[in-house]
Amino acid sequence: MTITDQTRTTTAPILELDDIGKRYGNVHALRGVNIRVRKGEVTCVLGDNGAGKSTLIKIIAGLHDYTEGSMKLDGEETHFASPRVAQSSGIATVYQDLALAPLMSVWRNFFLGNEIRKGVGLDIDEMKKVAGEELTKMGIVIPDLDRPVSALSGGQRQVIAIARAIYFGANVVILDEPTAALGVKQSGVVLKYILKMRDAGLGVIFITHNPHHAYLVGNHFVILKLGRVVLDAHRDELTLEQLTGEMAGGQELAELSHELAGADPGKVVPPAPDGAADVVAPTLAADARAELLEEEQDESL
Amino acid sequence: MSTATPAVAGDDRVQARSSLSTYLGMPAVGAVIGAVAIAALFLVMAPAFRELGNIGTVMYQASTIGIMAVFVSLLMIGGEFDLSAGVAVVSSSLCAAHATWYFGLNVWMGVTIALVFSVAVGAFNGWLLQATKLPSFLVTLGSFFVLSGANLALTRIIAGGVSSNNISDMDGWSTAHAVFASTWQLGPIELKIPVIYWLILTGILSFVLLRTKYGNWIFAAGGDSAAARAVGVPVTATKVVLFMGVGFGAWLLGMHNLFEYNNVQSGAGVGYEFIYIIAAVIGGCLLTGGYGSVAGATVGALIYGMTNLGITYAGWDVDWLKTFMGVLLIGAVLVNQAVKRKAQA
Repeated sequence: MTITDQTRTTTAPILELDDIGKRYGNVHALRGVNIRVRKGEVTCVLGDNGAGKSTLIKIIAGLHDYTEGSMKLDGEETHFASPRVAQSSGIATVYQDLALAPLMSVWRNFFLGNEIRKGVGLDIDEMKKVAGEELTKMGIVIPDLDRPVSALSGGQRQVIAIARAIYFGANVVILDEPTAALGVKQSGVVLKYILKMRDAGLGVIFITHNPHHAYLVGNHFVILKLGRVVLDAHRDELTLEQLTGEMAGGQELAELSHELAGADPGKVVPPAPDGAADVVAPTLAADARAELLEEEQDESL
Repeated sequence: MSTATPAVAGDDRVQARSSLSTYLGMPAVGAVIGAVAIAALFLVMAPAFRELGNIGTVMYQASTIGIMAVFVSLLMIGGEFDLSAGVAVVSSSLCAAHATWYFGLNVWMGVTIALVFSVAVGAFNGWLLQATKLPSFLVTLGSFFVLSGANLALTRIIAGGVSSNNISDMDGWSTAHAVFASTWQLGPIELKIPVIYWLILTGILSFVLLRTKYGNWIFAAGGDSAAARAVGVPVTATKVVLFMGVGFGAWLLGMHNLFEYNNVQSGAGVGYEFIYIIAAVIGGCLLTGGYGSVAGATVGALIYGMTNLGITYAGWDVDWLKTFMGVLLIGAVLVNQAVKRKAQA
């Protein structure tokens, strides 16, 4: 395949995961994962609950170390000892819960862990000024930076977390399910920021379970399932339909539709007499049950 | 978008808060309102309360709570409790008295040993919390019982009774007494040195909380420790230092008690941990952490001092003190909540 498309870059990857794996005791949460993150590109990592997305983020962000394979940052093998080390190596993470302390003010949250000092004390004026400017750049204006972040909307909080990540000198930004808790319009805003970050030359890792959001902004797609990569494709090797199909489980969906074939989804049932409905739980086949248990165990980690 | 408003116009649903609501939003506001109400009550009810000379007595009473309450409030903002704080004060006094008497040391050596001991107890509490991941309520409940048992048993072994031996004839007593238990007469007002320590600590710790990096970490460690850790705040170290701070407060107050009375009862101190917590909560600290103020805890301690003496001056039975404090606690929490809701609306 000749590479002429301008969606494909030839720069060396800034972050390279080779055969990364992670064990928690007897659970193999992640196995043989290969991902290349390039500057100016959006790499989408998709997967259902319990697929290993959180584990992957924690490894890249320095919360956990990996137990197999190697992670190379700018070509050099790296083990991050803590989130602080990862951050100072240019990897910023915007967590799903945003890592904002709800009762603290906007400016205190913005600079948490990176406070500007003047002598022994904090340079509060400078911090408020910078936080205000950075947020205005991102297109949101918060008139009172002393407000606790719990008083802001979900979208505003997301933007604070993103603005903070960019301001503190990131090369690679990991966004963990940034659109999961947002409405349609706020999701659109976040997706636009993802493109802005790409245009600014950052390497973006966009973790999501929504293939539609991923396909709107992604250059490269990786689908995780039960801790393994089941799809690794560039944008021009894939249509949205294929991505959605793969994400929904491809073959599994076919199985499920076969199982539910006799269920007649359009049927309307008259209400149960006396309001006493007797529902019998569907029985699972042994292997389906085993798989569900494994997923639940994965999830609880 | 149908309306093209300039980007800097902001969100017109959010208006700048009035300065009144900014003041009402401060954590200590419930405590200040409470203090004014209590002062007014006793000024009316207790003639002796109006005497200028009693200001010194009220302040002294408040300082014996306040020295601990300021450290306890920081700890609570950091999201943790210390139930051993009450007996830790007595442990510190006993440690200094017993070490000095038993080994025949200079009093200052005993004081230094007590300082190391008290701060180490705090560090141990913090470490145990981190190592076991248990709630601090349980961990410090354990150390509370360990310390109160050790206070009684070791005093029995070393001094052969329930109180420490007299150390006032030992080297260094007079200078140590001057540092920890001086009293000055300013006109009609008798000023005792713990009042000065208390007010200085309030100033320093308020500055630390509101104006330093470490203060930011305290708020974050209590508000959302996972979030704090994720952005690189050393949460464990922050909390260990907070427990060590409580240990330092226990030492300072313990030394005052030792040199003021030259006699420490080994069974004392039980129950005071709750008064420190009450002072901090009246001052606006949330039990869940992440919010509160040092100045508020100081006002909370002042309320305790005023109530304690006001009841006596009014000629009421002092037995009612705890009942009164309980009502105040509930009242202050309700006021804090109502005011905060109003200020954020």
